[in-house]
Amino acid sequence: MPTLVTWFVPALLALPVGVGLAGVVLPAFGYLPALGGETFSLDPFRQLLAVPGLAASALLSLASGLLTTAVSTIGVALFLAAFHGTAGDRLARRLLAPLLAVPHAAAAFGLAFLIAPSGLIFRLLAEPFGLTRPPDLLIIGDPLGLAMMAGLVAKEMPFLLLVAFAALPQADPVRRSRLAASLGYGRMAGFLLTVWPGVYRQIRLPVLAVAAYASGVVDVALILGPSLPAPLAVRLVAWMNDPDLSLRFMASAGALLQLAITGAVLLLWLIGERLVGLLRRRVAASGRRHGRDGTWRIAAGIPVALAGGAVFFGLAWLFVWSIAGFWAFPAILPPSVGLATWSRTLESAGGPLATTFLVAILSAGVALVLVVILLEARRRQFRASAGRAVRLTPAMAGLIYLPLIVPQIAFVFGLQVAVLSLGLTPSIPLLAAVHLVFVAPYVALALADPWYAVDPRYEQVAASLGHGALARLFRVRLPMATAAVLTAMAIGFATSVGQYLPTLLIGAGRLPTITTEAVALASGGNRRIIGAYALLQTLLPFLAFTLSATLPRLLLRGRGGMRRA
Amino acid sequence: MTNQNTADGPQPADGLILRDVAIRLDGRRLLALDRRIAPGETLTVMGPSGSGKSTLFAFVAGFLDPAFSATGSVVLDGHELTHLAPRQRRLGLLFQDALLFPHMSVGENLLFALAPTLRGRRARRQAAERMLAKVGLEGMFDRDPATLSGGQAARVALARTLLAEPRALLLDEPFSRLDQTLRIATRKLVFARIRERGIPAILVTHDPADAEAAGGPVVVIGEAGGDGPADPRVRTGEAGAEGTAGEAGGEAAP
Repeated sequence: MPTLVTWFVPALLALPVGVGLAGVVLPAFGYLPALGGETFSLDPFRQLLAVPGLAASALLSLASGLLTTAVSTIGVALFLAAFHGTAGDRLARRLLAPLLAVPHAAAAFGLAFLIAPSGLIFRLLAEPFGLTRPPDLLIIGDPLGLAMMAGLVAKEMPFLLLVAFAALPQADPVRRSRLAASLGYGRMAGFLLTVWPGVYRQIRLPVLAVAAYASGVVDVALILGPSLPAPLAVRLVAWMNDPDLSLRFMASAGALLQLAITGAVLLLWLIGERLVGLLRRRVAASGRRHGRDGTWRIAAGIPVALAGGAVFFGLAWLFVWSIAGFWAFPAILPPSVGLATWSRTLESAGGPLATTFLVAILSAGVALVLVVILLEARRRQFRASAGRAVRLTPAMAGLIYLPLIVPQIAFVFGLQVAVLSLGLTPSIPLLAAVHLVFVAPYVALALADPWYAVDPRYEQVAASLGHGALARLFRVRLPMATAAVLTAMAIGFATSVGQYLPTLLIGAGRLPTITTEAVALASGGNRRIIGAYALLQTLLPFLAFTLSATLPRLLLRGRGGMRRA
Repeated sequence: MTNQNTADGPQPADGLILRDVAIRLDGRRLLALDRRIAPGETLTVMGPSGSGKSTLFAFVAGFLDPAFSATGSVVLDGHELTHLAPRQRRLGLLFQDALLFPHMSVGENLLFALAPTLRGRRARRQAAERMLAKVGLEGMFDRDPATLSGGQAARVALARTLLAEPRALLLDEPFSRLDQTLRIATRKLVFARIRERGIPAILVTHDPADAEAAGGPVVVIGEAGGDGPADPRVRTGEAGAEGTAGEAGGEAAP
């Protein structure tokens, strides 16, 4: 029975990927009877290859996947090497949770407001450089996609920092660093050579998920990315939503190209891992101590500080814009403020907000139930007393995380085709079910370790007192894992709120959420409304994280033993 | 599930019987034991770490990892336990750590153990308070377990175990985390309660003083230093004579 369950749950979560891919492969080869494609052919691919600028789009996607991941990972490694166990480290830990609550789209808008020619940075530079009007520079949407990658890094670096923090204790950082220091190694060299490899091994899956995400991103690309040509995924969405239904064959072929690009990104990344490993071994074998790294240490904090600063100041600037009245270029702050934008926004945002909330709470709730069932079934296979640590097998983990490794656009479009052929109409449960596919992996990622960290002897005691399996689950393990369960819920909730592409394609425009509405504003350029929507988009996850941090304190008041958990 | 009235086989007496128990790992025998523990008596199982003491404990309690294979049976007061779920065995467990549920108050920990057949909030609370008084912790009902000293927590754990009316006790080095004076007092309390209730107990420990305080028979199980299987040696005798037995566990029988 437990064996059945441990495979059923991962298979359930991976199934949509399979169905979605099938729903892309068939039309890509010309077969989609609903649209008149009755025979197999290579026409969709010929059509695709004839599209102007396709190579540039594909290269943009490839570069975005590799560069974003490399910069984010290196930034995290350098930060930890320089600041692990210092005040900077503690500050980062404290600021991390609110950073993570900010959805991709809101972070991208925030960055855009900072770096645009009329944004905060150029307003600050206007006085010393004598600018009277915004400089004529193409910063947002630059053809190389640098702004887009910066926006991705600002969001992915905090995420990788979070998973690295969680993985650090297993790499025994304090003793290893001390050992390296006693051998005369500099702080950073000691960390990078002795601790970081152990950390990286544990966070590899999230890193690959970042690479896959960045190579197929849509919402951030719409806000910050180039448009002529746009990255491949953005063009695919346009074709998929085109009123001319025959474009869908080409779009399917394009989805397979996207799959190949993401595959290439992952392959190149794995090769890069090998090269870095070789380099590390060579450096370590040379015995050079790199003892004087004082200057390097300060420089090493720059990437993480920039990413955090961009998100925080970006949000602040979004807020200023949302209350600004008339605001001409060189002025650093708006001369007049008011709530006109907010009253207009709140009138129209109520429906999308409610949809967002319902879908998020549904998908996070169901994800929690599924993940708990999976974790418990897996634990049954091990039984309690064993000294071995309980873990999901790599195959199970692979299935669960599959939806994070396969680019969304490659299979969500196929899912849309499948949904349409089944005659299902967009509804909140349907949308929540699709979100579940992306929410559950993050819930599993967040819950597995703390769930298995609860001392199994507590349940042995409960069993010896005559309590059955359900009582042990609901009265011992769940309450003891309260904080972790609520955090996992909040992460799942935030993941659902931030979903753009699945919402757009499965909701088919009939279920607008705060995220699809906010991204849709990107082309309009009304900064006041964008500011208000981006803040509303941040509000829901922020509330979820705040609740998950405060509820345990209220529920478990006067229970000092639960404070560490 | 009861053997008490079956005609075949000897009538099992009261107490805890480990009948031809043998536990193997990958075909290698870790230990073998064939003992009866009379009501009110404590069998002390000694041996160096890694000798399989905890495995025996897990087997009797019903938590044995499937990696191990066990033969033989555990019979308590004439009832065969071997194939019962842990929660049906009615064995009280005490571990090294008190393992008080951190999300419950001291009193809630005790109520969690009290049989549901005792009804009524007041009656249940009174029963818990009485038990607290018996272990010398009057008025601690509403305390947060995290605020207790080590000795107090150990006594609450004992109270919780006894409140479930176990028919036998399993003790896994329950005194090893306590300092010297507390250890003596807590030992006294535990063994006095075992004798008073007249239930059999198994104590797993590597501290000879524990065995002495238990006052019952002692079994030493041991394993060769490294290379290969060792026959567990089983000795019986008064605790005092066994003071150095743990050391002897090093010599292997081929």
